[in-house]
Amino acid sequence: MKILYFAWLKEKTGLSSEDCPLPDGVTDVAGLIDWLTQRGAGFDDAFKDQNLVRVAVNQEHVGVDCPLSDGDEVAFFPPVTGG
Amino acid sequence: MIRVQEQDFDIGLEVSKLTDGNTRIGGVCFFVGLVRDFAGDQEVSNLTLEHYPGMTEKQLQDVEAEAKARWPLEASLIIHRFGKLAAGDNIVMVAAASEHREAAFEACQFLMDWLKTKAPFWKKESSPDGAHWVAAKADDEAQAERWNSHKKETDG
Repeated sequence: MKILYFAWLKEKTGLSSEDCPLPDGVTDVAGLIDWLTQRGAGFDDAFKDQNLVRVAVNQEHVGVDCPLSDGDEVAFFPPVTGG
Repeated sequence: MIRVQEQDFDIGLEVSKLTDGNTRIGGVCFFVGLVRDFAGDQEVSNLTLEHYPGMTEKQLQDVEAEAKARWPLEASLIIHRFGKLAAGDNIVMVAAASEHREAAFEACQFLMDWLKTKAPFWKKESSPDGAHWVAAKADDEAQAERWNSHKKETDG
């Protein structure tokens, strides 16, 4: 799967994108966030306040209960501020 | 039509191109968003707009399609810039053209309200104290949400 990070989530994790296989036991976005936060301080900090994190799967806005499969493109970002 | 671009746009030219050759159009309403030089009591010298290429286009197309489904539009336009912008620069332009003004006015506001909560853009403002990411306003969610109740009223 492909994981993308934008705005301050990119800065805190130190990554703009990465390719990785769907981790064992992860079935939805909430599970992926739990898995990511165990990777280190930057990730833990980025996902500390999940009220400030929005998610898209395959470029559609979704909730953390969205199921995941291996070919998905998952993006994490703050609430949008365009316009 | 939607466009996501780094370069500036010419407002007059965009309106002309939108209506050119379609004499069914009786009115066109547009909105242009600009970079302010302040945020609260802070001076803002410039801002950088980051976006999610691919998803941005997809979301803007969905917003435009929804406007076309709700109002009888003859033409519509969304242009959104990204990259580094200075105070006074154009950020965004939306336009809606219809036979009559009511649809044009309403669709124009709808395009802007929905774009603000759906299109994946993030503003980072630079001020004398340093740069910071702009926080989303709860008000923007409310402005977008009222079109959901509006639709229900219309449907009912």
